[in-house]
Amino acid sequence: MNISRRQLMILLPAAAVAWESVMAGTPEDAPNYKMTGHWWGMLIDIDKCIGCGNCVRACQTENDVPDGYFRTWVERYHRTDWPMTGSGPITTNPLIAPEVISPDGGKEGFPVATDESGKYFFVPKLCNHCADSPCTQVCPVGATFISPDGVVLVDQTYCLGCAYCVQACPYGCRYIHPKKEVADKCTLCYHRITKGLTTACCEACPTGARKLVDLKNPNDPIHAFLKTHSVQVLKPQMATGAKLFYNDLDGSVR
Amino acid sequence: MSVFKDTGHLFRFAGLFVLAFLIFLVVRHYVVPKSFGQYGHYRGAAIGEIAARPVKFAGHETCEMCHSDVAEKKKIGKHAQVNCEACHGALASHADDPATVTPVLPDTAVLCARCHTASAAKPKGFPQVDPASHYQGTPCKTCHQPHSPGIDAGGAK
Repeated sequence: MNISRRQLMILLPAAAVAWESVMAGTPEDAPNYKMTGHWWGMLIDIDKCIGCGNCVRACQTENDVPDGYFRTWVERYHRTDWPMTGSGPITTNPLIAPEVISPDGGKEGFPVATDESGKYFFVPKLCNHCADSPCTQVCPVGATFISPDGVVLVDQTYCLGCAYCVQACPYGCRYIHPKKEVADKCTLCYHRITKGLTTACCEACPTGARKLVDLKNPNDPIHAFLKTHSVQVLKPQMATGAKLFYNDLDGSVR
Repeated sequence: MSVFKDTGHLFRFAGLFVLAFLIFLVVRHYVVPKSFGQYGHYRGAAIGEIAARPVKFAGHETCEMCHSDVAEKKKIGKHAQVNCEACHGALASHADDPATVTPVLPDTAVLCARCHTASAAKPKGFPQVDPASHYQGTPCKTCHQPHSPGIDAGGAK
């Protein structure tokens, strides 16, 4: 076939238009779910957490999280008593240097504590689903993003595995999946919450220490809770717009 | 016309430039997914793909559709707030196909200890026992009915 330059100039844009119609199609969304009607977050009640590790196991089961990696994990803090003996100045500050343990992410629970001194508490951690997330801002290819309903997600077919986002997360909530070699993180069980279910960790929590919240739902008990409780987010000075709310969080938590 | 004399090389270059731009457009159409930019600087279809992943925890509402008797018993007991799959594990497969997928009954001697083993680290109001001295190896369900465990509340077997 002989094509002159003139014919080629006409054919190419025509081919481009034709290809566009071939590639056209709407992304499949979960039926009966309106992304614009939700703004997801989570409430964690420190006073209720018993450190059983049910959430960590449930998350691993639900999301096929590889061993040794965590989308959610539990830390046990021990804020020791102030050293009251000695004549010199007190050089250790338990509020600044608490003892923190998280054996295997707390998956199998924690060793029994017999030392009654100081203050113990458990801090479940997971992605804060920040509204102004540092991790999504550093992605060079647009593989991680904040969905219109406020969930920080990773498009694993698009991710290069460069791990910029892993470094950018101030909460340490991302990892590179050892098999897929792409960024992996908590999806706030997006496949569940879009179907009207709660997250796997909330479903498995025996004490109700974790609660999925929808900040756009006027009937969500979170609104009343936030009015009457002392609720904090982690690292507020980083202005990440974190939506993981901690009730009665101790000042020593980092 | 003298202005355009000996300018053929410029037009040829411009033509090449236009051609390269068109090729760029065609390649771009080919490599950039259709839904990219639908909601922002990412592939919009990814949201649907993530939402389409299979569910493994059925959720207590699903369990209660068939096991309403257990739900009633649990509602009045101390475990009212504990969801079914917190103890029984992820059972969406059982809910999807109850005939072939039979859940294994958890061993209460292990299961109960996960939450109720006494530790100074746990919140003081949470019921805790020292397994060694409390039941000395006897399975918990010998005395406590797990769905409504309080002995004084008629939950004892």
